[in-house]
Amino acid sequence: MVINDQSTKFAELDRFIDELEISDKSSALIPVLHHAQTLFGYLPQEVQSHIAERLDVSVAKVYGVVSFYTFFTMEPRGRYNVSVCLGTACFVAGAEAVLNEFEKQLGVKSGETTEDFKFSVIPVRCVGACSLAPVVMINDKVYPRVKVSDVTEILAEYKDA
Amino acid sequence: MKRILSFQDLHNLYEDVKEQTDMRLHKLNQAPDFIQLPEHEKDETKVRHVMVCADTGCIASGALSIADVLEETVNRYGLQDKVKVVKTGCFGLCSEGPIVIVHPERIMYTQLKPEHIEEIVKEHLKDGHYVEHLLLGAREGDPVLLFDQVDFFRKQTRVATRNCGIIDPASLEEYISQKGYLALAKVLSEMKPQDVIETIKQSGLRGRGGAGFPAGLKWGFTAQEKDPVKYVCCNADEGDPGAFMDLSLLEGDPHSILEAMAIAGYAIGANLGFIYIRAEYPSAISRLLTSIEEAKKAGLLGENIMGSDFSFDIELRLGAGAFVCGEETALIASVEGNRGEPRNKPPFPAAKGIYGKPTVINNVETFANICPIILNGPEWYKTIGTERSPGTKVFALAGKINNVGLIEVPMGTTLREIIYEIGGGIVDDKQLKAVQTGGPSGGCIPIQHLDTPIDYESLQAIGTMMGSGGMIVLDETTCMVNIAKFYLEFTVEESCGKCTPCRFGNSYLLDIMNKITRGQGEREDLDRLYHLGETIKEASLCGLGQSSPNPVLSTLRYFRDEYLAHVDDKFCPAGECVSLMRYEIVAERCIGCTICAKNCPVQCISGELKEPHVIDQEACIKCGICFEKCPTKAIIKI
Ligand SMILES: Cc1cc2nc3c(=O)[nH]c(=O)nc-3n(C[C@H](O)[C@H](O)[C@H](O)COP(=O)(O)O)c2cc1C
Ligand code: FES
Repeated sequence: MVINDQSTKFAELDRFIDELEISDKSSALIPVLHHAQTLFGYLPQEVQSHIAERLDVSVAKVYGVVSFYTFFTMEPRGRYNVSVCLGTACFVAGAEAVLNEFEKQLGVKSGETTEDFKFSVIPVRCVGACSLAPVVMINDKVYPRVKVSDVTEILAEYKDA
Repeated sequence: MKRILSFQDLHNLYEDVKEQTDMRLHKLNQAPDFIQLPEHEKDETKVRHVMVCADTGCIASGALSIADVLEETVNRYGLQDKVKVVKTGCFGLCSEGPIVIVHPERIMYTQLKPEHIEEIVKEHLKDGHYVEHLLLGAREGDPVLLFDQVDFFRKQTRVATRNCGIIDPASLEEYISQKGYLALAKVLSEMKPQDVIETIKQSGLRGRGGAGFPAGLKWGFTAQEKDPVKYVCCNADEGDPGAFMDLSLLEGDPHSILEAMAIAGYAIGANLGFIYIRAEYPSAISRLLTSIEEAKKAGLLGENIMGSDFSFDIELRLGAGAFVCGEETALIASVEGNRGEPRNKPPFPAAKGIYGKPTVINNVETFANICPIILNGPEWYKTIGTERSPGTKVFALAGKINNVGLIEVPMGTTLREIIYEIGGGIVDDKQLKAVQTGGPSGGCIPIQHLDTPIDYESLQAIGTMMGSGGMIVLDETTCMVNIAKFYLEFTVEESCGKCTPCRFGNSYLLDIMNKITRGQGEREDLDRLYHLGETIKEASLCGLGQSSPNPVLSTLRYFRDEYLAHVDDKFCPAGECVSLMRYEIVAERCIGCTICAKNCPVQCISGELKEPHVIDQEACIKCGICFEKCPTKAIIKI
């Protein structure tokens, strides 16, 4: 579901919270944050405050949880998430050099997003495809057995996108 | 499927469907039967089953398009009544994926691309001749006719993974055809809760999440608690990076976990279970959600299971990317919607778990062993494995090994058997250096201990641990200092920061490791590593800190000479530590093709066409591209 308008997103978030079948609302915080991040793409301050109010917990608690878990982000991400697996299987197969190459070609550090919000480079820990190490995912597309010399070609696929 | 209202209903259904999937079982000791192919052809009623692995790893290598093309082609040849295409769980041999297996002939086709399918359908499924060049092993010149006769499969014992690769995990009926939910029916109809606990105790089953605590004892403690509300929780956080056993079990046989959780619920007196699963596993999450729904619709979960007065429901809770949440007290905090920070034990979860209620927390694989134990009895279970560690263990084999994948072996199997018989040896026949088990909490096993039988105690005795089942094979090109540093970076990042020894201690440990890999280390640093490591283990609050120095300490113990080379000679024997190595061009071998210079991202290679080139060491960023591109291998790492 792609919703573009902010107020519709908040309405959808409220609907999700209202329909929760969990009696103790504060324990629903993590599922709600997951849903909010799917809707908004990230968790800016106004979304966090909104959730705090709706679940009747402090903003500090919401921020505490958001900042604790690496899955949640407070910065908007690019349209394409370049997830480079740095799990052990990928690491011993040379994933670090692949990550460095993506960073270099896109001119950002890992965890950062390019200025045009096109790409974010995100190190991840094992996506369960260890037999294809090293693995890179760009959004949902999996690139198996990636070598440093493949990086240019991979990025070229997104040149005109 | 019709709703199951009594134990008899389930037994009737089982009788109806039990032969549906039998054809697909491995027949490890049975003579070849593919020779009967023509006979099979004549029998109009016989249907072939074509299995496609649709697990995360194989999907990533293109299995779904293989399955689609297969169905389309089967239809095009008008074979839809003679061929059943089944999307199944992991066969284990992930590095050969995508894989297709044809039953009853037990023929395995590997490394398939969509364009191979037409040939398989026409030659094999229509005309009855197998396609030799696509067979397992054909690319290595050694085609295999009965896939279950190769060492990879023969040396395994499949208990937890019994249904992976055999049934369609999306079909409840197929699960039932392999005795699914019969264990739950047996427990509810014939056994008292205390009997169930006794059975699990007697089997000697130990927790597969790492620590190896006896499952029956844990259930017993929880059952004794007086609180009327209790919970069952399945730990599917699978934090060890590079391990995917739990993922494969959840994807390949979800109902076996649900059934086992319900059995645990009955044993301890709980009516609700949680599965705490990491958000990085979207396919397992959706598979579980649909399986829970299906089981509830069929009356196998939910209110009054199979007409009994026992009710049990299961909810999912998603993790959000924190390794420490695999630790049980942190997991509890996370399920409750808090920062996943561990707390002191006791109280143990058996007394005070989720929402303060007595809770049994077990790992996915622990649960995967429950139903066979109930059905076949504890004595049967004890015939597998060793005396103190009965049963099997699932391992995710990865790293520099030929058969990367998922294996299940009896406890007591040696590493040598795993690596050289099941694993098919080291990639490119390189020299094995060590095997890492236990992930960021474990250690390295050097080759002198290759014949150690694997069980909880023996691994601990040699300075590592069983862990959850990640097994990373390292060869001569791996720098042991660097790999220890890799794990340490992981724990530093994942430390929750609650206790000082772990938060500060590990980052200081990492500073020292960085110093060493940069070539700035000194002898005293090795003592510092040792003493600081031991202190962190001693003083940390939870299992994360108590085990985080293990990778450093165990490499220090077994590979001290590599540390010394870094410290004394400023030299990395494996050539992995970038600051300690450089690339050079061997003038005699250089043909002056200029490929290296053209590809160098910082233009630090110079030389005339057809003349030997040179690398400007000051400007070189050691990216290794020239090393990879050189057609005459004139560039060397030193
Ligand atoms: C840092 C840390 C991470 C852990 N991660 C996991 C995990 O990912 N999966 C798991 O089953 N157990 C994990 N454990 C072990 C759990 O705390 C707990 O012992 C286990 O879930 C109990 O189940 P078992 O007895 O069936 O093994 C972890 C422990 C620690 C200290
Ligand atoms: S380590 Fe990269 S996919 Fe598992």
